[in-house]
Amino acid sequence: MTAPLAGVRVVELGWAAAGPLVGTYLAAHGADVIHVESATVLDPFRSTYPPFKDNRPSPDGAAMFSFYNAGKRSVTLDLKNPRAVALVLRLVAASDVLIESFPAGTLARRGLSREALRAARDDLVILSSCNQGQTGPHAQHPGYGSQLTALAGFTALLGEPGATPAILYGPYIDYIAVGYGVVAILAALERRARTGRGCDIDLSQYEAGLQFVAPALLERAANGATPARAGNRDRVAVPHGVYPSRATAAQPDAWVALSVWSDEEWPRLGEAMGDPPWAREPALAAAAGRREREAWLDERISEWTRTLTREDAVARLRARGLRAAPVASIGELFADPQLLHRRAWRTAAHPVIGDVRLMAAPFVLSEDEQGPQRAGPLLGQHTAEVMRDVLRLDGAEYAALEAQGVFR
Amino acid sequence: MLDLRVVELASDDPWGAAAAAHCGRTLADLGADVVKCEPPAGDPVRRTPPFAGGAAHPDRGLLWMALNANKRGVVLDPADAARRDALVRRADLVVQSEPIVDPLGCGARQVVVTVTPYGTTGPLAGVPASDLEVTAAGGSLWLAGEPGRAPVRTTLPQSPFWTGMYAAAGALVAILGRDRVGRAQHVDVSGQQSMITVHPPAAVFADVAREEHVRLGPYLLGRSIVGARFRNVWPCADGHVSFAIQGGPIGRHTGRMLCAWMAERDHAAPLFRAIDWDAFDNRTLTQAEVDALEGEVGAFLSTLTKREFFAGVIARNMLGYPVADAGDIFDDEQLRARSFWQDVAIDGRTLTFAGGFALFDGERPAVRRPPPRLGEHDREVWAETLRSAVTA
Repeated sequence: MTAPLAGVRVVELGWAAAGPLVGTYLAAHGADVIHVESATVLDPFRSTYPPFKDNRPSPDGAAMFSFYNAGKRSVTLDLKNPRAVALVLRLVAASDVLIESFPAGTLARRGLSREALRAARDDLVILSSCNQGQTGPHAQHPGYGSQLTALAGFTALLGEPGATPAILYGPYIDYIAVGYGVVAILAALERRARTGRGCDIDLSQYEAGLQFVAPALLERAANGATPARAGNRDRVAVPHGVYPSRATAAQPDAWVALSVWSDEEWPRLGEAMGDPPWAREPALAAAAGRREREAWLDERISEWTRTLTREDAVARLRARGLRAAPVASIGELFADPQLLHRRAWRTAAHPVIGDVRLMAAPFVLSEDEQGPQRAGPLLGQHTAEVMRDVLRLDGAEYAALEAQGVFR
Repeated sequence: MLDLRVVELASDDPWGAAAAAHCGRTLADLGADVVKCEPPAGDPVRRTPPFAGGAAHPDRGLLWMALNANKRGVVLDPADAARRDALVRRADLVVQSEPIVDPLGCGARQVVVTVTPYGTTGPLAGVPASDLEVTAAGGSLWLAGEPGRAPVRTTLPQSPFWTGMYAAAGALVAILGRDRVGRAQHVDVSGQQSMITVHPPAAVFADVAREEHVRLGPYLLGRSIVGARFRNVWPCADGHVSFAIQGGPIGRHTGRMLCAWMAERDHAAPLFRAIDWDAFDNRTLTQAEVDALEGEVGAFLSTLTKREFFAGVIARNMLGYPVADAGDIFDDEQLRARSFWQDVAIDGRTLTFAGGFALFDGERPAVRRPPPRLGEHDREVWAETLRSAVTA
């Protein structure tokens, strides 16, 4: 087995999540990803965002940076220096893909316009990923993914009806843009293999995110409706909810998710619950009847789930072919037998932080090697190596450039 | 972009059918010829409400339409192995939501993608799940909702979209390697595993800091080294807006701009307006300090409408956005300027679809054909299949 993207070289200019994580997925499948960063204006994931080794901010003790840049090489270049820009163009000439995630126009101002990049490598695949896209009146607007998630309609769809919405924890939309960025690059590489043509991809993180609310947008277009948050209610399944279960020492905040999708499934829920008389009421046999008393029904089900651990309740429901799952905490995912079976987590040694967990892509390939193997690089860890091996700079050239501050 | 023949096999399970359909839609948007095969009763997603016009109709489900534009559709009886084999034989890629087509029986350059809630092997292989259970098992449900109350899922099911998107990525990885591998490749996509990718920072905190993040309603965690939480959703005059008090270069600019905005409107905010932004470091503020600042900011934001807030942050280049609903999104000038919306004629009416997820060489993948009616392309697809069988 070899890695499917072996032989593909990627240069990456960008910081935080939405750009760099695209390269991480490519690196996990064998691409040589060279992450170009500044040693003076640090990636916020190196400088600002916890957690840090021993809770002390330091560029090489930054766990978030390591996770988001697993498997890459780090080269530090001062892009305000024209000699550094010239080196980027030489790296581009030796690469297949460029990923950049600066606000629209930033690269061109640094001397890395589309034309300059194409001149260096005419079949280059360029992914430009930014908040609002490369064109339009908001193209320059900076944004954080957590807030863009609100603009794209997700936040309005999470929480109880009429209450203040809950957030989707963090920059949810960034990871949608990451997945589509990966898809876009792979599709462009497929076309390049057939036609020899490169591709210029303009990915607006906002527009990528809107793909996941497409049915709500169509509902607006077709019916003039404004889809709203509805707690855990579903339009088809009833009951459909998250129910409290017996707390254990290991998990005091214990919940069971379960849903009933047809009138044929409903009696099986009754059986799983030990056949309580209320569940045999004829009025509940059809979905419409259950819908009418859904809050009451949720109370009855909660009375049952409270008597059991999550695992017991789920086992009884699954034994009857019903849909149910424990609500897993994040820490519990590291020991989840199904995820372990799929090798969803990989452990790598980081020279400063120690052993860290990396995340594999959610698809398993039968014939290919895959999966992140190395933690994220230290700041500038591979500058000399890349200059020597990729750009063929000799020791004297490297020293001269270093003296001119190019590698800061 | 793509020159691929894709066969998408529907199953009876609505979750799997939706996830496979999103994979097919993503590839179809990129130019692949996607033939969707449905049982005689139709794909279960056709029966999922809501419907255009309100009343149930197999061609008018809005989820159905969103997931199946740009495809051709045929009816394929699940028992008709001969027809299925004929169709599969000429495909580059098969997308299925249960193990129907066995990759071992496929040709050297073919790729088979199987999308299931948990994966096709392992202790949970074959266990059914819907969006709610997949989201619960993947950890993202744990992180959403109010503290002390039940976790809450996004009202519009998300896991079929995530899983379908990753299925498309996996399919293309395999396609890129198909000349080298020399055997058919199976791409086994898990919904649960797709959903663990949704909130990576929580996994990093759990792993490295041994800190278990929890649901906090409208509050953000992970910006502080002393454990303070920051409000991220605020009531405004006609809804909510998303904003946070932040450090860093852009966060400080945002803070300064907000101070100026408060001053323009004579809004008293003594603590916030006294901040020395050059020295400001949100990582080290105590919860009491955060709460005091947020009290002042909240009072100001409550005076603004969503529209005023949006115009204000754009004009001042500040961070922050309204909590938009579908109506607000249709009003967004940026999306109009980028020709995001696509009008599609269906049944004599025009319906506006969201356009493709990115521009390729300046062009946005179009909605080239409406979602197929049941069996709409039977005649042409079976004729093509027959022709290629004869030529072979």
